[in-house]
Amino acid sequence: MPEVGILGYGGYIPRYRIKVEEIARVWGKDGKAIGAGLGLLEKSVPGLDEDTTTISVEAARNALKCAQIDPNRIGAVYVGSESHVYATKPTGTVVAEAINAPNSLQCADFSFACKAGTAAMQVCIGLVKSKEVDVGLAIGSDTAQSKPGDALEYAAAAGGAAFLIGSDEDMVASFEGTYSYTSDTPDFWRREGTDFPEHGSRFTGLPAYFRHVQQAAMGLFEKMGTKASDYDWGVFHSPNGKFPRRVGQTLGFKPEHIQPSLVVDYVGNTYAGSSPLGLAATLDIAKPSQKILMVSYGSGAGSDAFHIEVMKPVTEKRKRKPMVQDYIDDKVYIDYAQYAKHRRTIKVE
Amino acid sequence: MSKEKPAKERIAIIGVGQTAFGEQWDRSIRRISLTAATACIADAGVSGDDIDALYVSNTSTSSFIQQEHQAVMAADSGGLLPVASTEVEAACASGGVAVRHAFLAVKSGEHKVAMVIGCEKMSDISEPAIADTLMSAADREWEGQIGATFPALFALLARRHMHNYGTTEEQLAAPAVKAHANAVDNPYAQFRFKITTEQVLKGPVVADPLRMLHCAPISDGAAAAILVRGDLVEKFEGDPIWIDASTQASDTLALHDRPHITRFGAVASVAKKAYEKCKMKPKDVEIAEVHDSFSISEIISVEDLGFVEKGKGGVAISDGYFDKKGTLPVNVSGGLKAKGHPVGATGIAQVVEMVEQLRGTAGKRQVKGVKRGLTLNMGGTGSTAVLHILNRE
Repeated sequence: MPEVGILGYGGYIPRYRIKVEEIARVWGKDGKAIGAGLGLLEKSVPGLDEDTTTISVEAARNALKCAQIDPNRIGAVYVGSESHVYATKPTGTVVAEAINAPNSLQCADFSFACKAGTAAMQVCIGLVKSKEVDVGLAIGSDTAQSKPGDALEYAAAAGGAAFLIGSDEDMVASFEGTYSYTSDTPDFWRREGTDFPEHGSRFTGLPAYFRHVQQAAMGLFEKMGTKASDYDWGVFHSPNGKFPRRVGQTLGFKPEHIQPSLVVDYVGNTYAGSSPLGLAATLDIAKPSQKILMVSYGSGAGSDAFHIEVMKPVTEKRKRKPMVQDYIDDKVYIDYAQYAKHRRTIKVE
Repeated sequence: MSKEKPAKERIAIIGVGQTAFGEQWDRSIRRISLTAATACIADAGVSGDDIDALYVSNTSTSSFIQQEHQAVMAADSGGLLPVASTEVEAACASGGVAVRHAFLAVKSGEHKVAMVIGCEKMSDISEPAIADTLMSAADREWEGQIGATFPALFALLARRHMHNYGTTEEQLAAPAVKAHANAVDNPYAQFRFKITTEQVLKGPVVADPLRMLHCAPISDGAAAAILVRGDLVEKFEGDPIWIDASTQASDTLALHDRPHITRFGAVASVAKKAYEKCKMKPKDVEIAEVHDSFSISEIISVEDLGFVEKGKGGVAISDGYFDKKGTLPVNVSGGLKAKGHPVGATGIAQVVEMVEQLRGTAGKRQVKGVKRGLTLNMGGTGSTAVLHILNRE
């Protein structure tokens, strides 16, 4: 029996959407060309009363519905995000209380740009394997920031996914191995006290995203003795619709093998929620004994690669919670003025 | 005229080298410069001790990477101390002007072997910062501060050329389409793929009527050449190509001070002087590398170099007159548009290409049997023009 795996998982995406063309209209740009360039049509926007904490709670509650375990078994809560609501005051404590996790709990907020969620998963895997905790909760979620008018604004979105990690027999998927690749690569950053991230434009591509994702994937292949064709599904961090498709193709995946993970096409880049949501969407359709490669990417920079095997209970357990597709389909379009209000870029004291 | 002069009075280029052009995020300017320089030294067959003058061109390393004193950096990191090293800046014409200074230094008799290195590292800063830095080469007070950028200024030239001479949008796209077709065969080029007229016309507008594919890219790269006095050529292994003329001229810094904005006065002036020196006519030029920072620059340049009548540049390029297999091949390297435009290196890279063409070592892009070629490097909106006539014999 596998040592460690996912007992339950769940995603959450706010229902509001803004179209790329609507954002482009405001800035006098060609929305069709930008949409085609980024490979996405629209993005999710948090509601007025939604933030990283509420998204994390929603995702965690869905994960609990899926796992149907006693919350008292949770020994660790780690939330990864780059839009934690407070600079000093954890998101994790609010989430833990909201889902009735016990006070005997390890808890911390993680940050590593868009891979903070998968870093939280790795820590939970280690804690469960070493039997330090019975069940760990790892969450990646964000209400991604972007400067109005910046290229990031077309993609920066909101959403997240949560994973209850343990060693119970009825796990929905097992973690067979992980591998990480990390370097000091300043492609994207937000300084303390500033509202919006800055980025190195085209530098975020080849030397940043592609190098780290490819190196992490190849490192995992070597560690596990696998190759791309051994995996049924690929999940890659999706800053836009193009990057995951291109990196998947480079690594040897066919388009249909990464299609289920491409939540980005309809939701945008959910930053720390991106690869976790892609994994949740893939688990929603995967069949038992299939293998999944997930590779996250966090600017700054690093990638975490996971070899995941789908287990039999997935087919029953995933029905207990909303599917990622349900959230994709449940949408309300807003215009840029409403968007500006939702994102609080209109200053009202 | 070439054979009439005693060798001692002539100057030869005996070595050239360059890096690939493009985004070189993992290489510092030291490394880029050294790569071009060492290739050049090996090609020339000289040793470091032979080099007694060094000219290093760049356009704005102070803004691009906050480093001045590039000439000493190159001399120091290249192990050439205590060589006399001088930095040369003339906007995008820096490279051509550096070649000319090395030419003059050797011609004066003060130096025997002079090296030129052109280098630029542009991709380390943001795109708006690059556009603003480049604007330092125009008139900051009268053009920059009202919000003009180089694409905007060249767009004015293009629009006026269309108005005066009936140049069409399709003709305006022709230099870029030709450049990309040529760059396919250049291993140093940034963009080794073809583009179509339709792609150019459908690209995003930068400054009407200029679209993205009318404009040269942002590039990192370096190029180098070694010049020697003619009577010393035999001492070294490098296959010599002779400099028959090196001419330079200036025009107004700001565009609005010119009587005609569809004419590069400095280009017409350097061309006239060079043709007189060489006792040749424009039709005697067999191959040329011209400054196509924007496609309109190539159109106006081929006119002011006297290759075609004023106003006919667009038609001629469109009709294939300047194609690799045309009457007078222009920018066989891919030009600034497709080979890349690391500004301070550009003028020297044009000379590198011409030396390879005249030597017959340009590989797949070789134009057969060419003996005499011209390079035209410009700075600003044509405010500096520097031209070289190179000769196989």
